[in-house]
Amino acid sequence: MEISLLGTEILLATLGFLALVTGLLPGRAKSITGSMSLAGLLLILVYTIAHFGEEASLFQGIYLVDNFAAYFKMLFLTATLLVSLGAGRYLERFENKKSEFYSLMVFATLGMVIMASAGDFITLYVGLELMTVSFYILTAFLLRDGLSTEAGLKYLVLGAASSAILLFGISLVMAYTGTTVIGATAARLMTEPAVVAGIVLLAAGFAFKISVIPFHMWTPDIYQGAPTPVTNYLSVASKAAAFAAMVRVFMVAVDAAPGLTLSWNLILAILAALTIIVGNLIALVQEDIKRLLAYSSIAQAGYILAGLAAANAYGLKGVLFYALLYVFCNTGAFIIATAVEVDSGSTAIEAFRGLSKRSPALAAIMTICLLSLAGIPPLAGFVGKFYLFAGAIQQGYLWLALIGLIMSMVSVYYYLNVSRVMYIEKAGKQEPVKGSGAFRLALWVCALAAIFLGCYPAPLSNLAQQAIQLFL
Amino acid sequence: MSTAAANLQLQDAVFVMIAIVTTGAALGVVFLRNIVHNALCLVLTFLGVAAVYFQLNAGFIGLVQILVYAGAISVLIIFAIMLVMDKEINQTNLPIPSLGRRIAGVYITALLVITLVLAIYFTAWPLATGAGAPFDAVGMLAELMLGDYVIAFEAAAVLLLVAVVGAVILAKGVEKQ
Repeated sequence: MEISLLGTEILLATLGFLALVTGLLPGRAKSITGSMSLAGLLLILVYTIAHFGEEASLFQGIYLVDNFAAYFKMLFLTATLLVSLGAGRYLERFENKKSEFYSLMVFATLGMVIMASAGDFITLYVGLELMTVSFYILTAFLLRDGLSTEAGLKYLVLGAASSAILLFGISLVMAYTGTTVIGATAARLMTEPAVVAGIVLLAAGFAFKISVIPFHMWTPDIYQGAPTPVTNYLSVASKAAAFAAMVRVFMVAVDAAPGLTLSWNLILAILAALTIIVGNLIALVQEDIKRLLAYSSIAQAGYILAGLAAANAYGLKGVLFYALLYVFCNTGAFIIATAVEVDSGSTAIEAFRGLSKRSPALAAIMTICLLSLAGIPPLAGFVGKFYLFAGAIQQGYLWLALIGLIMSMVSVYYYLNVSRVMYIEKAGKQEPVKGSGAFRLALWVCALAAIFLGCYPAPLSNLAQQAIQLFL
Repeated sequence: MSTAAANLQLQDAVFVMIAIVTTGAALGVVFLRNIVHNALCLVLTFLGVAAVYFQLNAGFIGLVQILVYAGAISVLIIFAIMLVMDKEINQTNLPIPSLGRRIAGVYITALLVITLVLAIYFTAWPLATGAGAPFDAVGMLAELMLGDYVIAFEAAAVLLLVAVVGAVILAKGVEKQ
């Protein structure tokens, strides 16, 4: 076995340990942790991109190196990099725990990478737990803030419950098929009550992670209470990781099983429709930017789930394409929300008043990101939704595409409401919102990606096409 | 009656006894209102699960279950109770939830349990074939853990490290300036 096939995983683990160790250095020396982590993540991202296209099935199918996993690995690393860059002055709230913050972020990324590559249920579950346990700690990271510790505890309890559901589903599937290798289950799955129950429990476990309605109850409280960069990371990367695992399980095991007749597409389509409708409607009345983005992220998960429900070339390509552009657009919005929160000390949408006068660039980028999330052409969100809904229509779910379109229009209202506050209402303060160079770099990357992917989606679309080839 | 059939019936009887004790103890964990009693019931549940492992000829896993769960974890839990508690033990009861919530809870639990029991009961399970428990179970386990499942194994090690780091961060609390 070539050890380089596991390069991303090994390098990430090493980087996580290094970040912990450099945090022990005396005095000012420990401040290298941040730049070292960012440089390391960038190197690992370059390494992963350079190794795109490698195909291997390690340990008899237990660990898979393929384009699909590689695509998601790039996505997670990009998200980690952008979130760490954009955290900026918010990091000061972590006091002497900055190196642990970087280290936990890297370990969470490692968990996601393992989830994306896992070819069997045990490895998938361990990866998922590695990611989730890192998130429990990161969520409670602001120990002085009651909301943050409360969110951490809530996430721990609800996360443990969802893990139990997922495990029970896995155990039923494994008990019936006698194997934990996802690829080997397909041939042995039959239409039996216990198998169906197992698949439903599996879907519920994943649905919790991507906060699909009705498994979304944890999302708003935890998104609001967690430190804003962590919320950002939770909303883009943790969701993408759950989607990566879910796509693999459903396409490789459930969809390909000849003996299993289960209209899982329809179940997921109904869940997607519910999620899109309820997420968008509740988002309309939010007055806190973090809660607004939380409900918006529920709705966005609904759009992506529609692509998986379609389970055809367009839909799956949409899942991958949308997951990545969602990283850019949502991170852009969250980075600005973080900067405004540091500046004003408040997470209310009111705090954005007059941002266009104070920092015109920030207001413009925020508007671009939000409009892209709403799916307005020529921004990236439009292309992503086009793929997702085209897939749904091809599969015969015209109603789902219609619901998605109508609710996208509804979402324009609450996204533009933030712009209205930024552009029309008068500011209390006049001086611009401060931000470091790294913060600006992350913002420009997000904004340019949102525009570029919207105007010229072909390269990423081709990449996504290569990544899903193994499911078609 | 042949010996094999009698043996099977004995196995079943033992399993039913273990199951009753384990389930009863698990219910005790949920329903008893004194946190120390909950912890003790949890120990009994762990022991019951270990007994199931022994009955399935998975002696090593049973031993680990007793050592780690019934031994270490339960001591940890009781330590945590001792360290955190600043009141009388009988004052640790959570407030009793409202009637509506209790009914909803019972309803949902019953629905889930009945559905799953029916699903499992009406499934034609493919019977396991093979030569029963291998002679060198621990050796095989080691080969699996450090062979095919090495990535899950290593990831679990990182997971434990993350959990320890997190426990230190959270337990240390806010540092006084």
